[in-house]
Amino acid sequence: MAIVSRGFSGRRREGGERLPPGQYLVEDFPVLSAGPTPVVPPDRWEFAIDTESGQTHRWSWRELMALPRQRQTVDIHCVTRWTKLDTTWEGVSLDVLFEDVETTADYALVHSYGGYTTNMPLDDLLDGKAWIAYRFDGEELAPVHGGPARLLVPHLYFWKSAKWVRGIRLLDDDWPGFWETAGYHNYGDPWREQRYEDD
Amino acid sequence: MARRPTWRPARLAEVRRETGTARTLRLEVPGWPGHVAGQHLDLRVTAEDGYTAQRSYSLAAPADGDSVELTVEQVPDGEVSPYLTEVMEVGDEVEVRGPVGGWFVWRAEGTAPVLLVAGGSGIVPLMSMIRARRRAASRVPFRLIYSLRDFGGRYYAEELRRPDPGLDVTYVYTRTPPEGWRRPAARIMLDDLAEGGWPAGFEPECYVCGPTGFVEAAADLLLALGHAPQRIRTERFGPTGG
Ligand SMILES: Cc1cc2nc3c(=O)[nH]c(=O)nc-3n(C[C@H](O)[C@H](O)[C@H](O)COP(=O)(O)OP(=O)(O)OC[C@H]3O[C@@H](n4cnc5c(N)ncnc54)[C@H](O)[C@@H]3O)c2cc1C
Repeated sequence: MAIVSRGFSGRRREGGERLPPGQYLVEDFPVLSAGPTPVVPPDRWEFAIDTESGQTHRWSWRELMALPRQRQTVDIHCVTRWTKLDTTWEGVSLDVLFEDVETTADYALVHSYGGYTTNMPLDDLLDGKAWIAYRFDGEELAPVHGGPARLLVPHLYFWKSAKWVRGIRLLDDDWPGFWETAGYHNYGDPWREQRYEDD
Repeated sequence: MARRPTWRPARLAEVRRETGTARTLRLEVPGWPGHVAGQHLDLRVTAEDGYTAQRSYSLAAPADGDSVELTVEQVPDGEVSPYLTEVMEVGDEVEVRGPVGGWFVWRAEGTAPVLLVAGGSGIVPLMSMIRARRRAASRVPFRLIYSLRDFGGRYYAEELRRPDPGLDVTYVYTRTPPEGWRRPAARIMLDDLAEGGWPAGFEPECYVCGPTGFVEAAADLLLALGHAPQRIRTERFGPTGG
């Protein structure tokens, strides 16, 4: 149902440039964490969405595995300026997890095993924009990269793609996470170079 | 999919010029579910080849059936706002989704005094609250402090000049005040909020809206004046997503 807005042409980039400003390409997969790598055996893993009205939706590892999975190839951009093109992931779209979640909240606070948190508008997790990913490059996701499962939100700087993801709290109010309270930008759009607080 | 509001076609029904760079758009949105003063919507424009862009805009007036009003300021070099302020004509269509936002709202059942602090186009959701108050014949006292570069930048100038019992308006000019204006041109200061606002002891609900830097500064000043953080609500009109 595309409604064309007469006279709107928009401003698009030339030649489909895939490298956001200030980024360089890497072939390897750098690891950055704020602390030691948590080790979470799948049988103890659990994922929960808590709504603003106090309802909790939970999935065990087995339940997650039973959900329809997607495989997609995306570019990822780290705030430390590396970009990796064509990374291939498998996991469950957040649209699937949100199917029965009733909410009018505007914000999501993502939290991880190990205590890490990161925030974003809920809209940035829906409409095919985010996944709970558990396979990378055809292999099980390694613990250093967030295994058994991490959030994957490729359109934001990669610190938003929380490793060892454990749950999402839905909030009416924005609630900055770990890096967001430590001087990093609240939103983190690589195409606008939203690295630090005042960018 | 979570039950988020859906995209609906919106047709431009009427335009009113507010300033040299801003205009109010009245859109007809069949099936619009209504909204509370202070909420915004998301607007999507689509080019002929399918390219789209989305931005948020505050609802400038209370719901009126299928009609919604936005006031858009042209951002120099912007992608969407120049289209909305210059190009779009009556009869043209965009899509909108909403209403969005449940925190930065004022409901007519409210009884606490209200302080509205606007920077530039941040007046838009606050004007919706002023209009909602008038429509509901609420007696809750409102004070508006409206920070602007210059006299010509005022939105809703005529409407704010008309007497509205229980609403006091203070203008703060940051660049060029009108001739004979007592206050020198300067960004919003403690005195502006102390004089044009309410004493913290009255426990007003404070709503601050405008560009990110303005909102930070004004909210900090309110805290310094002793207002409780949970009674200071803010909305930042940063660039997309900021
Ligand atoms: C909740 C919310 C409500 C909003 N309500 C309104 C409203 O009622 N009226 C209104 O006019 N705008 C409002 N905005 C801002 C609006 O969403 C757009 O950001 C604005 O119209 C600019 O879009 P653009 O596509 O023209 O500019 P872009 O192409 O996105 O940006 C072009 C350049 O302008 C800068 N820029 C972008 N936005 C702003 C800004 N607001 N102030 C200064 N510089 C900017 C960018 O950094 C960039 O350099 C609101 C924003 C939010 C988040």
